[in-house]
Amino acid sequence: MSFEEELSKGSFLIPECTVCKKLVWPPTEFCDDCMGKTRLKEGNFQGKIIEFSKQNDDYFCIVEMESSFRIIAKMTNEPQIDQYVKISKCGINEGNYFFEVS
Amino acid sequence: MIKVGIAAYGITPFTTDDKKIESILFESAKSIFENNSKIEKNQIDAVLVSTNNNSKYLAPILSETLGIQPKTAHSIENLCNSGTNSIVSAYSYIASGLADVVLVSGAERYDSPGQILDWDNSRGEFKHPIFWASIFTSSYKRKFSTTDEQLAMVSVKNHSQAQNNPNALSKKTYTIQDVMESKKITEDIRLLDCSRSCTGSASIVLASEKVLKKITDQPIWISGVGQKTISAGFTKNQSFHSMESTKYATKTALQMAQKKIEDVDVVEVHDAFSVCEPMALEAIGMAKPGEGTNLVKNFYETKNLKINPRGGLIGCGHPLGATGIAQTIEITQQLQNNAQKRQVENASVGLVHNMSAAATSSTILVLEK
Repeated sequence: MSFEEELSKGSFLIPECTVCKKLVWPPTEFCDDCMGKTRLKEGNFQGKIIEFSKQNDDYFCIVEMESSFRIIAKMTNEPQIDQYVKISKCGINEGNYFFEVS
Repeated sequence: MIKVGIAAYGITPFTTDDKKIESILFESAKSIFENNSKIEKNQIDAVLVSTNNNSKYLAPILSETLGIQPKTAHSIENLCNSGTNSIVSAYSYIASGLADVVLVSGAERYDSPGQILDWDNSRGEFKHPIFWASIFTSSYKRKFSTTDEQLAMVSVKNHSQAQNNPNALSKKTYTIQDVMESKKITEDIRLLDCSRSCTGSASIVLASEKVLKKITDQPIWISGVGQKTISAGFTKNQSFHSMESTKYATKTALQMAQKKIEDVDVVEVHDAFSVCEPMALEAIGMAKPGEGTNLVKNFYETKNLKINPRGGLIGCGHPLGATGIAQTIEITQQLQNNAQKRQVENASVGLVHNMSAAATSSTILVLEK
């Protein structure tokens, strides 16, 4: 199973190095630190809002996942800086990843 | 290391014209040979093309079109920073002794594929530059309690200064109210806060010290070069209210030139969006953190042209592969006292700041008479 196969099914898994246990982002087969092989880690991952702006009715937010890496995710309700969130929806649409948090 | 300088330049107007990339590259390069009789085609050792265009083999194509058979010819793509990256490559060829004279030509079309970094999936569905610019703006306003009106001054100033630049895309001046009332793209960005992707080309000839003095009466020296890449992905930026790559690159370039920022008389900074100008001024050390907008306001009100005299990216338009070269041409003209209505008095040291993808990478050049 690959990160993208899982993402396209709506599952957000995080690659973790099998050697040094570092979370590796963006998803790759090998660790950017020790070059060890990665495996996909399942979990109910936690994110924190770092910054946000808004377009039309939706907010787009910089979300720091597991105190490790950052993504841009959509949010419907008004975010607060440092607010803890979880990924509520994700996938791939026309080749682009999408993430939604709440 | 061999000393390297700028011998000549050529530039086209920046427009929204639908022209072939090969044609616009040729336009700016051709004018160099037309306007500089001391530069012979057979002197050109290398031709470097700066572009994000998908067309292939453009440097050999440009060489053939110009009737040149250089030792080296290749393209350089590095998003918005391609222009100064190409100049640094040309500098390196000459400084190492591999070449004596290098032609660097940058060009882009209004529909450049370089606007979107498809690889950066961490941005999710928010890959257009307006989204990183909105995050920068939101973060900068939050950190320094800056208002939208203060940031709008960047656009007002740069559109105003562009009116003295016959090659600039902007043909109009705007008020702060105009900027504030322009189309809201996001909560933090309005249309007039944005530079516009456009069609344009700029070319420059670099030469070694021994050749330079024979082919120009007004040599301009590249005395400092600094570069830094933090990441490719926007979300790996260490800060969203400061340009860390620019800080590193500036330190390196000024150290190499043995200058302090106080010695610099005129600067071209990469104002892709309004917020980028104060962030860049702070990163190069011309303003303290959070005080860049005060400097912009002060310079606009006192008609001081020291920052982005040609009108910046917001006033000139932003043909990605040509921008860094156009910025370098502006500083060259300033130091040669050839900038006409845009001239900053007694300019002897200038600085160019060019960056890519939300300052994930930056280049700084220091130029001197």
